[in-house]
Amino acid sequence: MTDEEISTEILLDHYRNPHNYGQIEDANEKLIEFNPVCGDTVQITIRIENDVVTDIKFIGRGCSVSQGSASMLTDKVKGMNIGEIKKINQEDILNMLGLKLGPSREKCALLSLNALHKCISNHEKKTHGGN
Amino acid sequence: MLSWQQIKGDFPLLINKGKNLIFLDNAATTQKPKQVIDAIVDYYTNWNSNVRRGIYRLSEEATDHYEKSRENISNFIGSSDPRQLAFVRNTTEALNLLAYSMGHNLHEGDEILLTIMEHHSNIVPWQFLQEKGVKLKFADINEDGTLDMEDFRNKLTRKTKVVSVTHCSNLLGTINDAAELAKLAHDNGSLFILDGAQSVPHMPVDVEKLDCDFLAFSGHKMLGPMGIGVLYGKYDLLNGLPPFNGGGEMISQVYTDHSTYADAPEKFEAGTPNVEGAIGLSAAVDYLRNIGMDEVRSHEKDLISYTLKKEEEHHIDILKSYGPRDMEKRGGIYTFNLGEFNPLSMSEGLINEQIRVGSNVHPHDVATGLDSSNVAVRAGHHCAMPLTHRLNVVATSRASYYIYNSREDVDLLFESLEKIRRLYA
Repeated sequence: MTDEEISTEILLDHYRNPHNYGQIEDANEKLIEFNPVCGDTVQITIRIENDVVTDIKFIGRGCSVSQGSASMLTDKVKGMNIGEIKKINQEDILNMLGLKLGPSREKCALLSLNALHKCISNHEKKTHGGN
Repeated sequence: MLSWQQIKGDFPLLINKGKNLIFLDNAATTQKPKQVIDAIVDYYTNWNSNVRRGIYRLSEEATDHYEKSRENISNFIGSSDPRQLAFVRNTTEALNLLAYSMGHNLHEGDEILLTIMEHHSNIVPWQFLQEKGVKLKFADINEDGTLDMEDFRNKLTRKTKVVSVTHCSNLLGTINDAAELAKLAHDNGSLFILDGAQSVPHMPVDVEKLDCDFLAFSGHKMLGPMGIGVLYGKYDLLNGLPPFNGGGEMISQVYTDHSTYADAPEKFEAGTPNVEGAIGLSAAVDYLRNIGMDEVRSHEKDLISYTLKKEEEHHIDILKSYGPRDMEKRGGIYTFNLGEFNPLSMSEGLINEQIRVGSNVHPHDVATGLDSSNVAVRAGHHCAMPLTHRLNVVATSRASYYIYNSREDVDLLFESLEKIRRLYA
């Protein structure tokens, strides 16, 4: 198997049997991100305590790249503090997937990261927003 | 008898790519034969200058090439007078022109009748007129993907001023009975516009036999270059429309406070036209005429009926395809899903349904999977979101054929689909 084939297999495994699938009842943030071009959808619920992500779940619908990356990303960020999460960028996600994606598929890969960053930003506004 | 394999040899891009490209996205755009590429090179090598205004031989020669192209394309669609053809950028621009110019004479309460299978380019320009109270109506489809004629008749009312319909759906491949629809529209006193983007490249189209008032089509979907398209209109109707773009070429006299306009078609060709495009499209028309449009149509009919036969043979459990199975009503377009993804209601769907994708393969994954087998198809809503939603899916995959495709391409499509199905099982 080539590296690319292994990465595809890992992604498909996440797609078929997503990790952290569902929603958290006592979440402090909840957000739906939607890609109007292809209809890919991811909802993230997240529990943040003292700036650390103690739990995160997602529900979604879409292609293997959008859903598989949501599954992998939620695994990755559990236990991280929000400062670290804010530093995760496009390149990190593409490295995490390990697949050569064309520009049209990169948007699918970044859907859940965008949702997560918006959750963090909303959370910061509430807790550190000065109101 | 011409050989379709030989035809493929006329296309430099297909030769260069060889087995690395099975091009099945012809409803989006087509490849170009060397005859078309040569015509464009010839223009820039031997004839280039601005048309119409130069009082020197080179400009007169360029003008002559440009106008001969118009005449050639006019003959190709059965128009008896080349002045009935205005060169535009594409079908989209032709339909925008019509909506804008006709809009001057439309008023609150007037209705425009479209169908649910229209491309966005035959919906959005008309939506602009809703601001002034013009109402859009959409005739529905039957279960088999054909136009619901009863619904069409019911929605055609005394208030219907314009009927604008696609000749062939870019998603379902449905071929509408244009002559019948034109007759219904005319009996009702409505103008009839035909979107020929997916028909003029693929079958004989005769504007006078069909009796359409206007016809729009694009060059690049019929072997011609990008950026050239045609708006045909019966001369008095076309000439009677107010202008669209203002500028050079489209005027008769210009004063500081007002202008008078040239007659059609110049009236609709403001600015330096796409001369190279017109000449390239004319060469494409020659190429197609040489094959014969009846031949083109039978070749595609063969490919689509072979496709539906392969579909039944392979019997991929989660495969669902759309569009009429009556070959007389079906163009060379095959739209399908490997398991359907239904649209979500954002407010409730996600939470209540606990959605699992199961073994369904999203159209994006289908297209990427096919691409890895060198099969190029389109995935998404194909600029027909209302129709995609009408089918209750978020997206579909689409294979669309042209003259250089063969049964072997169809075989490869299904082998690759089998592979994808196994991968996601």
